[in-house]
Amino acid sequence: MPSLLDLRRRIRAVKSTQQITKAMKMIAASRLKRAQDRVVAARPFAQRMQRVLNGLAARVDPDAHPLLRTPDTGRPLLIVVTADRGLCGSFNANVIKTSVQWIGQERGAAGVSLGFVGRKGRDVFRRRDVEALFEQIGIFQRLSFAHAVDIANAAIDEFVAGRASRVQIVFNEFKSVMSQRIVVEQLLPIPRLEGDGAPGADYLYEPGPEEIFRDLLPRYVQAQVYRALLESNAAFFAAQMTAMDAATRNSTDMIDSLTLYMNKVRQAAITREIIEVVSGAAAT
Amino acid sequence: MALPTRIALEIVTPDRALVREEVDELQLPGADGYLGVLPGHTPLLATLKVGELWYRTGPETHHLAVAGGFVEVLPDRVTVLAQIAERAQDIDVARAEAARRRAEERLARPAQELDFERARVAMMKSLIRLQVATRARTRV
Repeated sequence: MPSLLDLRRRIRAVKSTQQITKAMKMIAASRLKRAQDRVVAARPFAQRMQRVLNGLAARVDPDAHPLLRTPDTGRPLLIVVTADRGLCGSFNANVIKTSVQWIGQERGAAGVSLGFVGRKGRDVFRRRDVEALFEQIGIFQRLSFAHAVDIANAAIDEFVAGRASRVQIVFNEFKSVMSQRIVVEQLLPIPRLEGDGAPGADYLYEPGPEEIFRDLLPRYVQAQVYRALLESNAAFFAAQMTAMDAATRNSTDMIDSLTLYMNKVRQAAITREIIEVVSGAAAT
Repeated sequence: MALPTRIALEIVTPDRALVREEVDELQLPGADGYLGVLPGHTPLLATLKVGELWYRTGPETHHLAVAGGFVEVLPDRVTVLAQIAERAQDIDVARAEAARRRAEERLARPAQELDFERARVAMMKSLIRLQVATRARTRV
């Protein structure tokens, strides 16, 4: 039977852990709010862009552009978006699991290349024998569109040079605070654009439609990467908040059961002492 | 078809929707030169370069610095999708000035071909931002 002192010490330790998890939960909650706002704020841009692009696709030959063609050289490239930090439940593990599956479905570790966003994913795969094309660590603290541009351009360069046959991105999509969903999205070649039937008004183009199309496609890829990063960022804080909330609740349970046990131990000790006193008195 | 009398202007950047207003007139830095847009403009799709954008609502004129992106013009609606857009009053003059000086230095001693091009764009951006910022101040 553990001594009273040990139990008290353990309860105190759990309590201080609980304080930390509680604080982390609060921080995650406030950051989540901001991250969520950014996801919402980025939506109009992506939507308008999609609309303009669809309108354009109806009037230019979409096969003319290298970002729309499927090349027959190179190997598939997967951009793995994890977080830089842990303590967020299965957030990172899910992405990594999906990535490993993806590699299995493709030609195995030797037949693919990977790009990493976030420290956790890179650390896991560094121990395995996979080619890392690029890595972006620590960008989530000051996430900006420029990061998405870097990542997208790296992918585009690989693709255009014929070293990547296709580029996909895996990340946690922010569905709600309680649930994140892993999605694997195709970045390149750009999935067939819907020429939305009636191409509205007859546009003037300045410069010509082909030039605009050429200018627009990379931006479209960048916007998609940016959305993935923002989603992942919001999902991370949601996952962390949920995980820390669960941890806080678990430590409350633990403190309760430890306190109960400690009281039982204390009572047992008192009872034993009384018995000793009583039987001692009876003996004399 | 009656011509619309105003334009619904929308300026969005990857980060946020910056402007959503009814305006009377605006001017944009198109790829082939500045474009003035009045209500009833022919549908147009153009790329933007680094430059100054202004729009007028009644007697009020607003200035913005924009860089990169494109614009969709319809008779009663203009959508600007800019890589970067900043209102004149939001521009940090000290920072823009510092950026200009940095770019100037780099241009004076170009190390590589690529550096030069980047410095040139940085220079243009900072100049435009400074110019737009001054406009905001002289008006107030």
